[in-house]
Amino acid sequence: MRIIEAAQITEAVAQLAIKANYYLNPDLYEALVKGREMEESPIGKEIFEILIKNAEIAREEEMAICQDTGMAVVFMEIGQDVHIVGGNLEDAVNAGVAKGYLEGYLRKSVVEEPLFNRVNTKNNTPAVIHVSIVPGDKVKIVLAPKGFGSENMSALRMFKPSDGIEAIKKFVVDTVVNAGSNPCPPIVIGIGIGGTMEKAALLAKKALIRPLNIRNSHPQYAALEQELLELVNNTGIGPQGLGGRITALAVNIEWFPTHIAGLPVAININCHATRHAEIEL
Amino acid sequence: MKEPIRITLPLTEEKVRSLKAGDSVLITGVVYTGRDAAHKRMVEALDRGEELPTDLKDQVIYYVGPTPAKPGKPIGSAGPTTSGRMDAYTPRLLEKGLRGMIGKGYRSPEVIEAIKKYGAVYFVAIGGAAALIAKSIKSYEVIAYEDLGPEAHAKIYVEDFPAIVAIDCEGNNIYEIGPKKYKR
Repeated sequence: MRIIEAAQITEAVAQLAIKANYYLNPDLYEALVKGREMEESPIGKEIFEILIKNAEIAREEEMAICQDTGMAVVFMEIGQDVHIVGGNLEDAVNAGVAKGYLEGYLRKSVVEEPLFNRVNTKNNTPAVIHVSIVPGDKVKIVLAPKGFGSENMSALRMFKPSDGIEAIKKFVVDTVVNAGSNPCPPIVIGIGIGGTMEKAALLAKKALIRPLNIRNSHPQYAALEQELLELVNNTGIGPQGLGGRITALAVNIEWFPTHIAGLPVAININCHATRHAEIEL
Repeated sequence: MKEPIRITLPLTEEKVRSLKAGDSVLITGVVYTGRDAAHKRMVEALDRGEELPTDLKDQVIYYVGPTPAKPGKPIGSAGPTTSGRMDAYTPRLLEKGLRGMIGKGYRSPEVIEAIKKYGAVYFVAIGGAAALIAKSIKSYEVIAYEDLGPEAHAKIYVEDFPAIVAIDCEGNNIYEIGPKKYKR
């Protein structure tokens, strides 16, 4: 049994919050450079140029890539041979989010209750936390700040198995067209297929943290990712919705077995600043 | 790509008339900030027959909710927020002389009509380019609604703030023209 202090988790989460918001991951940066080359629209090319410069300035000056520093989504894989002491896990994670958002000069964007009393909690907590127990004695933490310009454009539909692949393709393209300029294209599209309603949504979110240059290991899903990327880019929406060839940088699909009667599909859209940072304790 | 057009504020109707949808611009001068809550208060003040906290004639409003400023900096990361949330209030402010808005995303038909009617312009800044935009903001001074925190109504001075003309005074809209051109 390995012992990990809750305070260690708090500190790790605080550092991840800052890191994720300041530094764009290399796969995203490379996708922007490639996008600048491939984009045909002059305004679109200029937008790519600005986004690349923006990521460089944020890195050099250690400031947030985007002013919407998001709601913190935290994925944790906890080894079953780990014992956390000195506090409970959820509090430790939230304390880390509060610390990171305060010390990193990140915007606090969370309200304490969604419908009747939308008062800012002033420390960006609570985080949305997903925990899975895995073999081993390590703790892996991924923190993905999620901006809501793009989160608001996400969608979920429970298809009938007979609806087939064409209906899913149409759903994806329609969702992207409906989103238009709102999610700050060029976007990254995470798609979850299968499981139950909430499993599909979670898969879609997880798909967003997979590197953009790695396709699904299942060849048919990999081919579908490529085809959807082409369909989405043929909409002409382009960078910032001002018209162009690159509406999305990548489509990532994650799938899970499902019920004989069902075919859930969730689409989670992210902006060009698809941010996440991870650590293993 | 054409060289960007340099604009100095205040923004007269004559300057607006020379701008066309799709033009790249670099804006220099005093700009006012405001998001949903500040807009709501401004329009409520007008409804009560009161004056606005500042005379908006020939002025430009930037829709922004920045991150907190680090010590020694005027502002934190400061990219545009979605303009559509301001649509309900915008025609009233254009009527009071507001000449331009900077934000991101689509505007309602009512806003586009008001842009045409009053000879105004809608610029878009690049969503997410918040660190780069912050570099063009040289000062930040709250002028009203301080209790709104980062969403307060503030006066900022910008130098070479990069933006694109999205809707010009004739109602030409890059969000309609652009995607049509590249659709396959």
